Amino acid sequence: MDSVKVRVKDLDVYYQKFQALHKVNVDIEENKVTALIGPSGCGKSTFLRSLNRLNELIEGTITEGMVIIDGVNIYDYGTDVVQLRKKVGIVFQKPSAFPMSIYENVAYGPRIHGINKKIELDEIVERSLRQANLWDEVKDRLKSSALRLSGGQQQRLVIARVLSVNPEIILMDEPASALDPISTAKLEDLIAELKGNYTIVIVTHNMQQAARVSDYTAFFLNGHLIEFQPTARLFVNPRDKRTEDYITGRFG
Amino acid sequence: MKHLHSIRERIIYAIIWLGALFVALALLAIVGYVAVKGAGSISWAFLTEIPSRMGKEGGISSAIVGTLYLTVVAILISTPLGIGAAVYLTEYQPRRSRFTRMVEISAEVLAGIPSIVFGLFGFVFFVIFLGLGWSVLSGGLTLSLMILPTMIRTTQEAIAAVPAEFRENSLALGATRWQTVSRIVIPSAVPGIITGIILSVGRSVGETAAVLLTAGSALGIPILPTDPARSMAVHLYFLASEGISMERAYGTALLLIIMVFVINYLANLSRRRFSCRLKT
Repeated sequence: MDSVKVRVKDLDVYYQKFQALHKVNVDIEENKVTALIGPSGCGKSTFLRSLNRLNELIEGTITEGMVIIDGVNIYDYGTDVVQLRKKVGIVFQKPSAFPMSIYENVAYGPRIHGINKKIELDEIVERSLRQANLWDEVKDRLKSSALRLSGGQQQRLVIARVLSVNPEIILMDEPASALDPISTAKLEDLIAELKGNYTIVIVTHNMQQAARVSDYTAFFLNGHLIEFQPTARLFVNPRDKRTEDYITGRFG
Repeated sequence: MKHLHSIRERIIYAIIWLGALFVALALLAIVGYVAVKGAGSISWAFLTEIPSRMGKEGGISSAIVGTLYLTVVAILISTPLGIGAAVYLTEYQPRRSRFTRMVEISAEVLAGIPSIVFGLFGFVFFVIFLGLGWSVLSGGLTLSLMILPTMIRTTQEAIAAVPAEFRENSLALGATRWQTVSRIVIPSAVPGIITGIILSVGRSVGETAAVLLTAGSALGIPILPTDPARSMAVHLYFLASEGISMERAYGTALLLIIMVFVINYLANLSRRRFSCRLKT
């Protein structure tokens, strides 16, 4: 039987007075891909960002309820946010390489967590870039600026950067929305490769993408989790009328 | 109709062009006039000898050293302060608290105060109250206060221009706020910070009133920070206003202009090198 990696209980998130999430309850399986779908503004990104407490970077955000990762509520008072974010990495929508060399981009994570030995860093950089399927394209120009890479390459570099700190969970917020079809295909292949070792949660606007890459799918609407099912079942046989309307393209 | 349009376009173009021409001519006229009048008195001795007979004879080496010395001290003091204040205002207090508003208003007010008032304050506070006397240190401190608003403002703008995604990505990797600021934000803002330093150097080098009241007008070469010094602008002021030597006044003015040009050029080079390193 699969094991639960993240258990979300009665999660409410407010931005000032606006309630972005209403009592969300969901169990996310370990080493599977869970896709979050729904129309814009439905709360799926908010949900994603609540899994490593990124929402609190936005002033005036209030979170209630529990997000239990490996048995520990990350919203408990004593949580070390630095360790949490190391364990739960995130890839944003816009590929955003730091203005430094390819090597330094990947080495940034290990460095801030105290690894400074060149041999160790070299090893981590190569491993992370290989895992992100980027090594062969950049191995001869590790010292050149990461900003010269294409959008698709930058997005894989960002994934390598996330992998460099040994996360267990990888969050992806519409990671392919700024990429061309070929880069998107490469990214989807990469997700399929990574899922054996990482728990992946991905927000996507693209339902075909959700169907292709994910094992489970959650459908959000107006801040409510409407339906959560194995992907194959949700797309073929949705339980809720609203899910059906959305996936058949009647709104959104 | 088309014809009319093109005539109007041409007239407007001519007016704009005249405006640009006027700016170029004004600059050329000033620099040219000073160059013509001052070139004659510039010689190796003028650059290397210290003034004698109040500047009627000898060179202006002590004033050159004094100017550079004062400027370096002012920049060394105001750069860390300015960056610190700007980082605090933009990175640690993004929401307008009463305190940040107060800091910003102080910087704005500071920027509008005439330099002679800074000189008076520096005289009363650094020279007399702190007992630093007429010295490079008093002058440098006074100048640093004067250029602080520029440093803060330009650094703030440079930091605000750093994309928010950089911070978000860094924090999401588990970096602390300070790691994010020191390793991502400030390095990305360096070209803008250098711009602030250039502007500040320009103001310091040309400043007269604030320096006259705080660094003094000694003719010797300052060695220690506690030595009194005379800047080129102050020297120029005395030469011209007391009718000591108009030729030497023009010579000093010409050197002052050249110095500012050279500093700007070097700073621009280094800024370009920094932004190239970031971009390519």
